[in-house]
Amino acid sequence: MLNLTSLFLRMKRMKGGEEGGDSSPGNSSPEVCKKVRTQNTEDSEAGVASEFLDSDWARLPQELLLHIFQYLPLLDRAYASQVCRGWNQAFHMPELWRCFEFELNQPASSYLKATHPDLIKQIIKRHSNHLQYVSFKVDSSTESAEAACDILSQLVNCSLKTLGLISTARPSFMEVPKSHFISALTVVFVNSKSLSSLKIDDTPVDDPSLKVLVANNSDTLKLLKMSSCPHVSPAGILCVADQCHGLRELALNYHLLSDELLLALSSEKHVHLEHLRIDVVSENPGQHFHTIKKSSWDAMVRHSPKFNLVMYFFLYEDEFGPFFNDEIPVTHLYFGRSVSKEVLGRVGLHCPRLVELVVCANGLRPLDEELIRIAKHCNQLSAIGLGECEVSCSAFVEFVKMCGRRLSQLSIMEEVLIPDHKYSLDEIHWEVSKHLGRVWFPDMMPTW
Amino acid sequence: VPFVVATNPGGSCPVFAASVVVTCSPHMRVNMVVNTVHWFRKGLRLHDNPSLRESIRGADSLRCIYILDPWFAGSSNVGINRWRFLLQCLEDLDASLRKLNSRLFVIRGQPTDVFPRLFKEWQINRLSYEYDSEPFGKERDAAIQKLACEAGVEVTVLNSHTLYDLSRIIELNDGHPPLTYKRFQGLINRMDAVELPAETVTLEVLRKCDTPVSDDHDDKFGVPSLEELGFDTDGLATAVWPGGETEALMRLERHLERKAWVANFERPRMNANSLLASPTGLSPYLRFGCLSCRLFYFKLTDLYKKVKKDNNPPLSLYGQLLWREFFYATATNNPCFDKMEGNPMCVQIPWDRNPEALAKWAEGRTGFPWIDAIMTQLRQEGWIHHLARHAVACFLTRGDLWLSWEEGMKTFEELLIDADWSVNAGSWMWLSCSSFFQQFFHCYCPVGFGRRTDPNGDFIRRYLPVLKGFPAQYIYEPWNAPEELQKSVKCIIGVHYPKPMVNHAEASRVNIERMKQIYQQLSCYRGLGRNMTRILITSYSHFDARLRVYRVNSAPPKRSTAAASSLNLW
Repeated sequence: MLNLTSLFLRMKRMKGGEEGGDSSPGNSSPEVCKKVRTQNTEDSEAGVASEFLDSDWARLPQELLLHIFQYLPLLDRAYASQVCRGWNQAFHMPELWRCFEFELNQPASSYLKATHPDLIKQIIKRHSNHLQYVSFKVDSSTESAEAACDILSQLVNCSLKTLGLISTARPSFMEVPKSHFISALTVVFVNSKSLSSLKIDDTPVDDPSLKVLVANNSDTLKLLKMSSCPHVSPAGILCVADQCHGLRELALNYHLLSDELLLALSSEKHVHLEHLRIDVVSENPGQHFHTIKKSSWDAMVRHSPKFNLVMYFFLYEDEFGPFFNDEIPVTHLYFGRSVSKEVLGRVGLHCPRLVELVVCANGLRPLDEELIRIAKHCNQLSAIGLGECEVSCSAFVEFVKMCGRRLSQLSIMEEVLIPDHKYSLDEIHWEVSKHLGRVWFPDMMPTW
Repeated sequence: VPFVVATNPGGSCPVFAASVVVTCSPHMRVNMVVNTVHWFRKGLRLHDNPSLRESIRGADSLRCIYILDPWFAGSSNVGINRWRFLLQCLEDLDASLRKLNSRLFVIRGQPTDVFPRLFKEWQINRLSYEYDSEPFGKERDAAIQKLACEAGVEVTVLNSHTLYDLSRIIELNDGHPPLTYKRFQGLINRMDAVELPAETVTLEVLRKCDTPVSDDHDDKFGVPSLEELGFDTDGLATAVWPGGETEALMRLERHLERKAWVANFERPRMNANSLLASPTGLSPYLRFGCLSCRLFYFKLTDLYKKVKKDNNPPLSLYGQLLWREFFYATATNNPCFDKMEGNPMCVQIPWDRNPEALAKWAEGRTGFPWIDAIMTQLRQEGWIHHLARHAVACFLTRGDLWLSWEEGMKTFEELLIDADWSVNAGSWMWLSCSSFFQQFFHCYCPVGFGRRTDPNGDFIRRYLPVLKGFPAQYIYEPWNAPEELQKSVKCIIGVHYPKPMVNHAEASRVNIERMKQIYQQLSCYRGLGRNMTRILITSYSHFDARLRVYRVNSAPPKRSTAAASSLNLW
């Protein structure tokens, strides 16, 4: 963090023409400085403060201004740019326009403020070829998503490295006419040629546009997040995996996952995968899900031994049939709906790499055995969260004892713990704290 | 000897110790006639009313008043059940005062208009009221104190709406309100004992004190009826929660009897019955002050010691009272506590704005029977179980609809009899994961949660009779019932009862992502020391706009594998 006092002191030294010798920035001649200084020492009443009101501020070197401006929020920087021509020039230096986040909100659908339209115009006019790391945050209105697409279409001079399309509420990019969205997106794909990171979750991106992405950015693409993109098919994503050998992070929905995809990601030409996130979402109750062969997972683990497999499940209880029957290298597991005791039992048996587990709900039968089994077999487990579940206090203490200090995150709702003959609620937190080696309490909810 | 206590001109919490008397006229002749007014706002009771008792001492006349406009917290958003409860409280007070040869004076108007008039008309030289810790209350009272000063009226203000002196709690925490409940409990452990409730005002106490009652008292100062206030009472069912101190004290006895009989002071397991209004429920009475929280506290303590033969009751015994105290403490110095914008304690979350969706939730037309039944009970009776509150609050905000907690808070303010400004706002912030470090991964399912609580679905059938034909298998998700079944129970989903307004799985998937986005931005400060993080998180809404800009305008942070690899739910 910049220390403004030392900056002022440095400036004083510069002005005084002291022999410090370091980075004397050139245009302030010692004679001018001396003159200014004598003038100021005459009003000693005003003291040191008056020294800072003189025109040397205008002659701060651009590199220094750049450094300072980078710490200022945009609004303050904009005010600063109105001070003088020199500062205005600094404001428009390309380095200050590498990153930008466009916030597009309508008063009717959001409480938050939007990026000013004039600022957007200015950026497109003067800085579009400086932009490298860009994101769009849109609210739930189609208007905002369309505005984002309009801006995207105008970024013809950009060589973007990062692009993020983020819905802050209901996914509004899905409401935009598909062709409008695709044409806007492909402008970026074609012009950037150096896209490294792309976040397009909840958008109407499709297979042909992915082909365009690949055709232009296959050497540079490292991260692709495209969960809940219903117009993409397994073949479409397979094309990405086949061509983009530098891909390290991928997020998609389960229906796009295939044995071929995993094998492509494990091919020799491919770098080590770091992070694979899969959303398993049920559209209709009783939906059928395909299975992935154990051999495909094995190939992934062989190729990328350290990769994280993050799975989010939003299924009905009776849809878990195809899952957890074989060993699966999942590391981070989130159950967003109720998951049965039986499935949690299978998790204990088949997920040896498990690091984090969150169970939103289970039902009113205690998960004692299942938890103990997880403690026994999942030796890497370091974080667990339990919502509407039930665990007896004794079993819970046993679980914590078995996991020991590797549990860095233990987030249990107070209602989960059922007091038994050994432990009451008041006693349990001491017992658990003891085994964890730190003070621990369950999560509480207010009693109105 | 009277002394002057300076109130902070900024209007923040004046330092009220155990007792404070404010006066501006040091010349008080000993044999002057003392005419006192006690101003009821909350604290609608004669037991444990120390400011009233203090006021009566040495007074020649007493008038107990209630000013009817504005009602509280500057909000006129109040439904019929709350008004009725209040009016019943006032009737009860009036009846109790009658037994003491006194009366209640209900006065219409604004306090700043009413008081100068009364001071003059009634020759008042003393005014008393119970301390109100809420920011709006403090502001209003500061204005009245000024008026009293100008009129030479001595003001007596004492604390009896909370267990403790809230400023002491804040002081113990280095001048900041505690932001976690655990921290709050830690502070409570270090506080001095709760003050004993003051003795009830009796005939004996009022012996030397007279209340001048005119013949037309009922016309001028009587408690109005609901109709007089403009409500349509056609078809209004009898109150499930009758107001008044008498009712409150009776319920307290029953509540304690039940606890003693069960000999169990643990948190009761939730079952289908818990959802229904209980004859021993006390929350509305605590909110209006018909029941003193201190009386409840001591009675609980005595009972516990007797039954358990243990002189050290755990803090969990006072759960309900301490949560209430916690929210009062966090709110007292924060006038923006009930808003997201400008509230340093609230995470700035990009909630959606959708009046149509909000109306469906508020009116019980979401298409999810569990949610709709709860909202129906709320509208009809004015009370719902606290887990039911969690369910509907989660559904409205971070669970399904992604609407602002402020909207939910306003709806509760209208319909919920025990909603008060501090507890309502604080609880809504908590439940929407906008504050208090509440973990956001846990989401209540609008189908599953209800089903686990009441598997048979009797609660649904009671409040949504249109669905009563559905069997337990489908009553929580009637849209999944086969068409023939729907026809046979004469309830077609989409016709007689709405279709579900969201796909819960899809909505919760979207929303958990949104919460993660927000918290990821905050977590970039996790590397800092604990104190720094706490300060930042408490004041992050100032930082928030800058937070995002900082991240955007500096070089993009190196992709830390730690951040990328976790579920990012913590």
